Amino acid sequence: MRLRDSDLFRFIVFVLIPLIVIVICGFSSGSYYAGLVNLFGINVILVASLNLVNGFSGMFSMGHAAFMAIGAYAAAILTLPANQKLISMPGLPEWLIYMKLPYPVALIIGGILAAIVALLIGFPVLRFKGHYLSVATIGLIVIVRAVLDNEDQLTNGARGVTGLPNYASTWIIFGTAVICLFILYRLIRSSYGRGLIAMRDDYVAAQTIGINLTTKKISAFCISAFMAGVAGGLWGHMQSVISGKFFYIDASFKIVETSIIGGMSSLSGAVVGSLLMTFIPELLAPLETGIEVFGIRLPELYGASNLIMAALLIVIIIFRRQGIMGYSEIITESLFSAKTYSSVLKKSEYKKLCDIVAYKIKVFRSRLKSKGA
Amino acid sequence: MSFLLEVNDLSINFKALKAVSGFSAKLERNKIYGLIGTNGAGKTTVINMLSGLLKPASGTIIFDGKDITGCQPDKIARMGILRTYQNLRLFKKISALQNVIIGAQIHKSYNNLEAIVGSKRFIEEEKQMEQKAMEMLRIMGIESYAREQADSLPYGAQRKLEIARILAASPKLLLLDEPAAGMNPQESMELVQTIKKIQEEFGLTILLIEHDMKVVMGLCEYIYVMSSGQVIAEGEPKAIRDDPKVIEAYLGRSRKNA
Repeated sequence: MRLRDSDLFRFIVFVLIPLIVIVICGFSSGSYYAGLVNLFGINVILVASLNLVNGFSGMFSMGHAAFMAIGAYAAAILTLPANQKLISMPGLPEWLIYMKLPYPVALIIGGILAAIVALLIGFPVLRFKGHYLSVATIGLIVIVRAVLDNEDQLTNGARGVTGLPNYASTWIIFGTAVICLFILYRLIRSSYGRGLIAMRDDYVAAQTIGINLTTKKISAFCISAFMAGVAGGLWGHMQSVISGKFFYIDASFKIVETSIIGGMSSLSGAVVGSLLMTFIPELLAPLETGIEVFGIRLPELYGASNLIMAALLIVIIIFRRQGIMGYSEIITESLFSAKTYSSVLKKSEYKKLCDIVAYKIKVFRSRLKSKGA
Repeated sequence: MSFLLEVNDLSINFKALKAVSGFSAKLERNKIYGLIGTNGAGKTTVINMLSGLLKPASGTIIFDGKDITGCQPDKIARMGILRTYQNLRLFKKISALQNVIIGAQIHKSYNNLEAIVGSKRFIEEEKQMEQKAMEMLRIMGIESYAREQADSLPYGAQRKLEIARILAASPKLLLLDEPAAGMNPQESMELVQTIKKIQEEFGLTILLIEHDMKVVMGLCEYIYVMSSGQVIAEGEPKAIRDDPKVIEAYLGRSRKNA
């Protein structure tokens, strides 16, 4: 008797509670906590799309920050009003300066641009075996940063672009996140995803069973970059300020770290990892400015939250190398199967859940008693 | 007379070493062929070239009337040449059934967009693939392991799983690289029966590398013997058994045992 076997339980934990949280945040936009929840949504997109490459297909990309940057700048340029662009980005061609597109269209264009860049660097690199992709993607981050910082006329240089309209509402962010998760989930559950997994587990056998490695690798890399670009567009409009320094190597490392902690080979891992990596640092933040614990005033521990997150990563790598979720897909499975939703209407499901809970309480009590004795 | 596979004068070098030189063979349909030889004779290299993993330096491979010399391995697989490996190469972290479904999906016709929206064709084909995969597991006698992770299966079952996986891909020509390696005599005899059965049932042509003489003599209708990268003898099992060149190069010791 396990709780997770109950569809109703899954509905409550993975659908109902998140939905309530999202709705509350959606109506209290601007608050600190709503901002955090939005960040969590964006992280889910970033990490889930990274997992397609790093976890499911056995390559190792570090380039997500670069694709975010491309998406963020593209979305910014396509949505800012002309007068603002004339001041901060006068070098843009005239048709771009006067172009103003709806936000969702701008997001998609940002994603497509990121995917094109992924294709350009993926094509020469991914035809070979080995970890060339990691090196090439780190190189890409450096290049993108250099371009953003130095092309003053196009990007306003290191000062960055400010005053992005706050289009990235909770609704848009989580709508996008759910769509991305859905697409990825369906892909990995089809022949496409099985092909990726085959390539990861044994690329030689994968070839001789009819899988074209080059096509698989490049397409997965491009899909992943597309989603990272879209997430970048969301992130920029959420923060309202973008500049090269936000999209540097440390940002990429953080996404990779989140992916490893949650579990690279699982989309549910992306959700769990993002949850931890978004909220734990915020909980630890007070440590850095000094807090009072049981009446003792702790000194200001600058960098404490980073240290603790690094320690967490090491612990995970030692004791649970496949990440917290491992290969489980419980969250996405629950989110995207009709069974979860229909369970609400079934009386038997309520009874089943009650039985399981009653059973759990009984076990818990008997354990307490045996400890007492 | 058209052969299923016609190999002419196939050669490959690894740096200065002539791994295979002048390998020629003609395989008729619906027959089981053997490829034997001492260690390092180049048998696996021949199979690697036939399956596209290695590009031959010279020579041609004609399969089913088409020249496939130098084609990519995935294309060769889709044309119907499928192989197993001497050292197992399973997709370890997924279930046995999923392994076989990957074999079955080689001829799928739905595209990725249909997979995302969940079209009727996608659902139907997925269902068919699963049924086919289950059937292959049943034919190989390992259906009870269907839901278990591939690397947790017993060794013999893993060997059979590898064959089930390529059977699901509707092969025309099977290249089996030491399918009985590491099996005890009883297991290898069972395997001989299974290979015979699948050959008859699916009308397959099989090229088999094997060290176990009982397996080779029991299965093959025609045998190629390799030594130092060259074919030194070919013919029916009986003739091979009595060929002095073969005895000298390979069978000398095993004859004493027999």
